[in-house]
Amino acid sequence: MSDLGYKVVVGLEIHVQLCTKSKMFCGCAVEFGAAPNSKVCPVCLGMPGVLPVMNKQAIEYAVLTAFALNCKVAEFTKWDRKSYYYPDLPKNYQISQYDLPLGAEGFIEIQLGQGTSKKIRIRRVHLEEDAGKNLHTAGNYSQVDLNRTGTPLLEIVTEPDMNSPAEVRVLAIELQRIVRYLGVSEADMQKGHMRFEPNVNLAVTRGGTEYKTPIVEVKNLNSFRALEKSIEYEIGRQLDEFLETGRLMEMGNKSTRGWDDVQEVTVLQREKEEAHDYRYFPDPDLVPVTFNQNWLNDIKSHLCEQPLKKQMRYVREYKLSDYDAGVLTAERSRAEFFEEAVREGGDPKRICNIITQDLLKLANEKGCGVAELGVPAKEVANLAQMVVMGDISASSSTLVIEEMVETQQPSQLIVEEHDLIQKSDAGELEQIVDLVLAENPKAIEDVTSDGKKSKKARGFLLGQVMQKTKGQANPKVVSEILDRKLR
Amino acid sequence: MVVEELSAKQLCDKIIAREISSVEVIKAIFKRIERFDSIIGAYISTFEEQALTKAQEIDEKIADGRSVGKLAGVPIAIKDNMCATFGSTTCASKILANFQAPYNATVVEKLLAADAVLIGKANMDEFAMGSSTETSALKKTVNPWDNSRVPGGSSGGAAAAVAAGLCFAALGSDTGGSIRQPASFCGVVGLKPTYGRVSRYGLVAYGSSLDQIGPITQNVSDCALMLNVIVGHDPADSTSVDERTAPVCDYLGQLDETVKNLKIAIVPQFNAGADQKVRDSLDEAIAIYKNLGVQIVEVEMPHLNYAIAAYYVIATAEASSNLARYDGVHYGHRTQSPQDYVEVYSKSREEGFGKEVKRRIMLGTYALSSGYYDAYYLKALKVRNLIRGDFTKVFETCDCIMMPVAPTTAFKIGEKINDPLTMYLSDIYTIAANLAGVPAISIPCGFDDRNLPIGLQILAPAFEEHKLMRIARMFESKTDWHKKKPPILE
Repeated sequence: MSDLGYKVVVGLEIHVQLCTKSKMFCGCAVEFGAAPNSKVCPVCLGMPGVLPVMNKQAIEYAVLTAFALNCKVAEFTKWDRKSYYYPDLPKNYQISQYDLPLGAEGFIEIQLGQGTSKKIRIRRVHLEEDAGKNLHTAGNYSQVDLNRTGTPLLEIVTEPDMNSPAEVRVLAIELQRIVRYLGVSEADMQKGHMRFEPNVNLAVTRGGTEYKTPIVEVKNLNSFRALEKSIEYEIGRQLDEFLETGRLMEMGNKSTRGWDDVQEVTVLQREKEEAHDYRYFPDPDLVPVTFNQNWLNDIKSHLCEQPLKKQMRYVREYKLSDYDAGVLTAERSRAEFFEEAVREGGDPKRICNIITQDLLKLANEKGCGVAELGVPAKEVANLAQMVVMGDISASSSTLVIEEMVETQQPSQLIVEEHDLIQKSDAGELEQIVDLVLAENPKAIEDVTSDGKKSKKARGFLLGQVMQKTKGQANPKVVSEILDRKLR
Repeated sequence: MVVEELSAKQLCDKIIAREISSVEVIKAIFKRIERFDSIIGAYISTFEEQALTKAQEIDEKIADGRSVGKLAGVPIAIKDNMCATFGSTTCASKILANFQAPYNATVVEKLLAADAVLIGKANMDEFAMGSSTETSALKKTVNPWDNSRVPGGSSGGAAAAVAAGLCFAALGSDTGGSIRQPASFCGVVGLKPTYGRVSRYGLVAYGSSLDQIGPITQNVSDCALMLNVIVGHDPADSTSVDERTAPVCDYLGQLDETVKNLKIAIVPQFNAGADQKVRDSLDEAIAIYKNLGVQIVEVEMPHLNYAIAAYYVIATAEASSNLARYDGVHYGHRTQSPQDYVEVYSKSREEGFGKEVKRRIMLGTYALSSGYYDAYYLKALKVRNLIRGDFTKVFETCDCIMMPVAPTTAFKIGEKINDPLTMYLSDIYTIAANLAGVPAISIPCGFDDRNLPIGLQILAPAFEEHKLMRIARMFESKTDWHKKKPPILE
């Protein structure tokens, strides 16, 4: 069976919690970690007689996201009720969108290796209300916390276009970066703002024939790691199962599995896809939503440059490495800070170094973003220019940055106070070089010899000049003088 | 002064003029409730203490010369499917028998703001599902004109209370005729406003796309007065209509202006199914309008014959979803010692809901099921559109349509309760207005041989309640039917 091969096929359902102030259909605050059942009202509790009222902000966020995912945005959409009984769903139906999702037929571009990218098609994007949480605490009862009930939730469904666990992970991270850029979700995995449900199966080839294994849906994954690991596990499991039983994909034999984070295995939840009948029908309590073109255009105008586009542009325009461009574009505020500094006239590469090496370290220490350190982008640009012009050394620039974060003083002042200006005056430096040369005839001899010895002696002479100038000599200028004198 | 002979409007005027105190009125009405409600059974709960407190406040306001609302001191009953923070809101169901609403319905807020005194919650068919108030799990209500007969339904308690003088006006809700039919059976006025005219916020939903709250009153003027108080856009109800597209009017102010060049449509073929006496009364009513120089036009509305079928699909489909929340988990009746969480649902619902409610939940669930949706629900929606079209066409040339409210007068208690299809047919004339969303009123227009009241139904284009009530008032001002009181009052 040496001709056995397989391709993994994955489609992804992603739920993204939108960061609106209030819930999808009532005025309750969206807040994580509040005391159980403290962020509720008659509407989200599904009391008799209550009616939902649509949150306009949620619609705006959803449409903006649909645009960012290159979707066609419907001009007419509506709300449907999806019926099922569960204790965390007070009305026993969820207000969702069935046959007319707000966005459809889009794509996300993801970066694979250096310079290569892939388009993952988006089947649909729709808005719905989140359910509450069932808490299975000790004892023979469960508790229900309805704080989350009614939180606006964006469901994004991709086509089965991903062919490796790594691709799925990259897509998930890219999506996180996108929604954060748009400011529509905090996308904090720990708070369950993003939840994934991959649909996984294999196309196994044997003896020139292709066999498709039954589709497995892995439920409710809330970390990138679990997402990747569970698919990796499924590949092995499905291949083994295929070799053992030869079971193939057919109508109705999709099964559902959960992810055991400790054992790192998927666990069967439902063998066959139960004939789930959600009895969708249009919610008579809500009027259909029509978007006029002006409004849509207005939303569209809020679109920012997509993070991956930005990243690729940095590489192209500023000749940054892909890695650095990725670090700069990981957060929108960081990228914007970088761009502002560039606009202020700084050298992009030098600014990138200051941000990725100095500012990022300080920001991480303080637990904030680069832009929130209190250092104006203009100052970063100034500093970068000082380094480029040779006014200060690269190592001094780190000192200046630290001082700026500490004292919020302008860079110029710090440089002057600490006397960090490099000596670049050729005449002045020439005198010092002469002095050093006079003091070290042995080194001059070594320089004129060949190979290693020469290099070492040259370095020694440069070091002597630096020492005499307390490190303030511009090494570039000193080097030139040495070159000239020793020629 | 005999308080109970006054209309709501007259009573309010006298209270404001300090000819009578609000407290006296409340005491008198509760005396009457005590005397008669053991026979009528109109109320599920009453609030004498709160009513007296409110009445006292109103009297003080008036004594201090402060301004008071349009319904100052008027004792009002509301159907027990409207949420109020005082008392319970039961929907006449065991599943909500002890349910205390944590908020007031918008109409309740509006009544309170108008200084009305809410005296009690009226009996009804369970979750407004029925045409006789017999499906109430909590109470039996009889017709004040004949205690062996039903008051109609589902707002039977409210209509009986108005007819028997156990309140001065009431609010009912109408999904397929639930205001108009009991108003007709009890000889009072009942209005179902245009869908979207009155906020549904706080009305426990039955068929959300059909439900509408409206007044049940002694006469058309009181009806206009009540409507003035409860109409208007409500930001809490997305289906309530924007007043910029459908302005509200002072319905009382222009009530006595006759409608010039009035053109009334009648649908002779459709009326054939009604009892002879009902048809005779309709003819007599039309004759009165004719005498006023009104033009009568015979029209065809071919799709009305399908109204009942479409209604019982749409209403039950919506109901099956609306009533899903009564599951014993969060509030309401919960079964004792369930084996697992599925039993919390199944047993709580089995024990909590009555037969008719279960029947409609099952009908609706079936209609929405995959594989049947297109054949039932979708088709019913198409029929609904055709019926709307019938109305649009008639209203292109006519101001209103007149037809019976119900094919019969009040029937015997127990007569139809075990024959749901016959019971459903008693809604044949009222359902179309709900499907089309148009306003319709029932006003007294005669009595049958057993001295049971007969109602005249008038239907008007959407948001033309002002015209509808003026047309009704034209009839009322020429007749005395609305002044007749049930024998119980003597």
